[in-house]
Amino acid sequence: MNVASIFLIGILCFLFGAVASQLPLSKVRNFSYLFSLTGALLFLAAGGYLLFTPAFTTEAIPVSSVFSFAFHADALSAFFVVLISLVAISVSLYSIGFTRGIKNAGLMGFLYNILILSMYGVVLSANVYTFLVSWETMAVASYFLVVFERNEETAKAGLFTVVMTHIGTAFIIGLFLVLARYTGSMDFVSMRAAAAGLPQGVKSLVFIFAVIGFGTKAGIIPLHTWIPRAYPVAPSNITPLMSGVMIKTAVYGFLRIVLDVLGTGPEWWGIAVIAVGAVSAVLGILYAIMENDLKVFLAYSSVENVGIILLGIGASMMFRSSGMLVLSGFALAAAFYHALNHALFKGLLFLGAGSVVNATQTRNMEKLGGLLKVMPYTGFLFLLGALAISALPPLNGFVSEWLTYQSLLLGYRSPSVVAQIVSPLGGAALALTGAIVAAGFVKTFGATFLGMARSEHVTSAKESSTSMVLGMALLALFCILFGVFPGIPVALLAPAVFTITGSYVELDQHGVLMTPGASASLSTTALAVAMAMIFIAAFIFVRLAGGRRKTVYADSWDCGIPGLTPRMQYTATAFTKPLRIIYKRIYLPSRDLKVSYLIKPFFVKSIRYGGEITPFFERYVYEPVTLFIHAIASKVKLLQSGSLQLYLAYILLTLILLLIFGT
Amino acid sequence: MDYFQFLIIVFFSPLVNGVIKKLKANMQGRKGPGILQPYYDLMRLFKKDMVVSSVTSWVFKATPYVVFISTIAAAMIVPVVTVKQAYGVMGDVIALIYIFALSRFFMALAGLDAGTVFGGEGSSREMTVAILVEPMMMLALFAAAIAAGSTNIAVIAGKHGAVYSPSHLLSLAAFMVAIIAETGRVPVDNPDTHLELTMIHEGMILEYSGRYLALMEWAHYMKQMVLFTLAVDIFFPAGIADDVAFAGLILPLGIYALKMLGMAVLMAAVESTRAKVRFFQLPSILGGAFVLAFLSLVTHIMMGK
Repeated sequence: MNVASIFLIGILCFLFGAVASQLPLSKVRNFSYLFSLTGALLFLAAGGYLLFTPAFTTEAIPVSSVFSFAFHADALSAFFVVLISLVAISVSLYSIGFTRGIKNAGLMGFLYNILILSMYGVVLSANVYTFLVSWETMAVASYFLVVFERNEETAKAGLFTVVMTHIGTAFIIGLFLVLARYTGSMDFVSMRAAAAGLPQGVKSLVFIFAVIGFGTKAGIIPLHTWIPRAYPVAPSNITPLMSGVMIKTAVYGFLRIVLDVLGTGPEWWGIAVIAVGAVSAVLGILYAIMENDLKVFLAYSSVENVGIILLGIGASMMFRSSGMLVLSGFALAAAFYHALNHALFKGLLFLGAGSVVNATQTRNMEKLGGLLKVMPYTGFLFLLGALAISALPPLNGFVSEWLTYQSLLLGYRSPSVVAQIVSPLGGAALALTGAIVAAGFVKTFGATFLGMARSEHVTSAKESSTSMVLGMALLALFCILFGVFPGIPVALLAPAVFTITGSYVELDQHGVLMTPGASASLSTTALAVAMAMIFIAAFIFVRLAGGRRKTVYADSWDCGIPGLTPRMQYTATAFTKPLRIIYKRIYLPSRDLKVSYLIKPFFVKSIRYGGEITPFFERYVYEPVTLFIHAIASKVKLLQSGSLQLYLAYILLTLILLLIFGT
Repeated sequence: MDYFQFLIIVFFSPLVNGVIKKLKANMQGRKGPGILQPYYDLMRLFKKDMVVSSVTSWVFKATPYVVFISTIAAAMIVPVVTVKQAYGVMGDVIALIYIFALSRFFMALAGLDAGTVFGGEGSSREMTVAILVEPMMMLALFAAAIAAGSTNIAVIAGKHGAVYSPSHLLSLAAFMVAIIAETGRVPVDNPDTHLELTMIHEGMILEYSGRYLALMEWAHYMKQMVLFTLAVDIFFPAGIADDVAFAGLILPLGIYALKMLGMAVLMAAVESTRAKVRFFQLPSILGGAFVLAFLSLVTHIMMGK
């Protein structure tokens, strides 16, 4: 039983799952998710095994004289296989309960299995053809899942997704064509060998195409606009896959092309990636906190986390161009760690949001409140996800952000002055982002789960089914485990780091995370143990100091005016209003205020207030470009007038031109 | 001794707060409460029953413990009298700031939990102030860390010769502003009143009583002392011990007490000579401090010291 056969059985599991979903029996529907669960488990095992064994390539299955299917699994691919599998296992578990009673469940099961399989295909592909086929399958499957619920919002979101994805794919095809032309081969291994001889201008062109092409799928600003439209309308068990995993396949593509195939580049590449990462992180989270829609908030937060991953990748590239391979490996480890963490905690958060939306039938935070009493398990797990994403110790998000900070700080050791200034600024951007994320999740968790219920959406809600809670609990467990025991993720990502930079990343002999040169250390294990022990001491002390005390339940403090209504609570919009005021030069909010008076200006009859924020790149970049394309298209439309005589005239003209110039 | 030095922060932090209050009172021409008053307050609170709002959830009851525990964990990371540290391997400056972020997160949630406007406003303003302060504090600490070659606080403090270079002074100024903001003192927040316009910290803990309030207040005192200790470790580390021999710690202990007294005098002076500023003037003040921190970093890179 070798690795290839495990992979084969895994692929067959997914295909069976896709087929099983088409069978008309409703009980069999669960089987499609059990198949995907098993398939993901098998891939996890195979991927984990491949992390520690030499890379292997499958035989190429020729498709035509030029193209062939081939798969290649080295440590980089294996790491992403593990990442995909961890999320796929949990989401499959969740889907068993989630898809009970939905329409078109068969279609969902089919697309679900195909989507996951295509994601594996992307990270395991050995040549351009396999990569592009898997990439397109992923795009098409995700499109059909975005428009799964048939309404106007999803249709618009689907159109946007398709256009943006294919703009990205066009750039990816472009870079593959350039690489194939100059290296003379179509598979990644030979490209890497030949890439050393490429002229610098070609390499930089490929780099720019990679940033734009993969950045569209990953969601860097300003190419991210499809994400806040597509993620909220997709079914709630698909969004974790799209946000947690599909984004990582774009990161994988970038790593494979730029860091692996192209290898070392000039310093401006690393600095450009750091800049793009910092901008995406800060702007992404700034727009996130203004959202009152649960899933749109989480979608923008994904943009922000991609920015953080890019900060790590950029630092790694910057160090590599100065030849500091140990630091480069360390920064890359931070990026990998954050990619893994983001898949886990964002998956958890989207699953939680999905449970909330499923139970309350609304995505609007302003209509929720007090859900923690109705949905205690979902609330608790969502809180764990919120703590993880806000990078609070001792959970996993903190460890990867700490590593990213350290890699940016170590920029002071780099010889170039630009790097010495840019890296700490990246660190400051990361600090700003971290603080805003915490504010955003306090707002989201507080408005949704705490306080009093703001509408009957909450009072009619019930806790989710067991499999949904279990799926979330599994991801939460990984978040805690990968935070308190950072040795596990470090062991997973070290082979991938070694493959790219040739340097080792590991904990020291006491299980402590050390930076290269031992400038700083972190032990979340010790922190967790210390906190536990302090808790015990505090618990005992409090009981000793006060004795037995009782708790009396009463109303909240109402200033002596009884009858606090839910309407009097702080709203989610109000929570982040100070930030809207402070950053108004970035948000450029528009405000619509209509006041109607009984007797002007003393007695007001009614006030109507509306506020809106249109992201500035949508107003100043996307709208002009779209209008321009529409203008050109309407001119070109004149060619298709519908008149038969005109078309015959076109044919005649072409014939004459061919006769003149063809001979 | 290095295993227990954090207990100095745990048990003497109410005294530091009492001293600050007494100094403020004297500067304002009043007699003021005794310096041991915070201890009496804490003991009184521990012995009282709790009144909890029926709107709240388990988050409300868990928050005092989380805040208390995380503040003590932060105290463990900071070297108090000796640089030879048992717990320093646990974390560094960045871990310290994020441990405070953990306690702030839960306090903000508890503020929202009771469904009142006071709590909501306190939480909202606290998170906004944190957004303005954290980048500035990080940059100031980064400048100091880059100068020392490490973010480990014991290592930064161990470089005894605190060279008063321009970059050092700029980041000191920025960090002092950060301390005022983080400990909730005038001109950012007024710790003495319970008026809704001046209570960022007080707004969030308004619903607490009994032992919960005791834990929150004590954690507030400890956070203040941890920040003071961090400031003296990074900017005035002269006099800190290198080792744990008990005899060699008496002098550093005395020097540390003097430094804390100095910080207390500074805080009392700032609070007594300033008025609290309007909330939306805070971005100007904190933005100015950010510029100072940024200049400190650039100065260090350009001048090399």
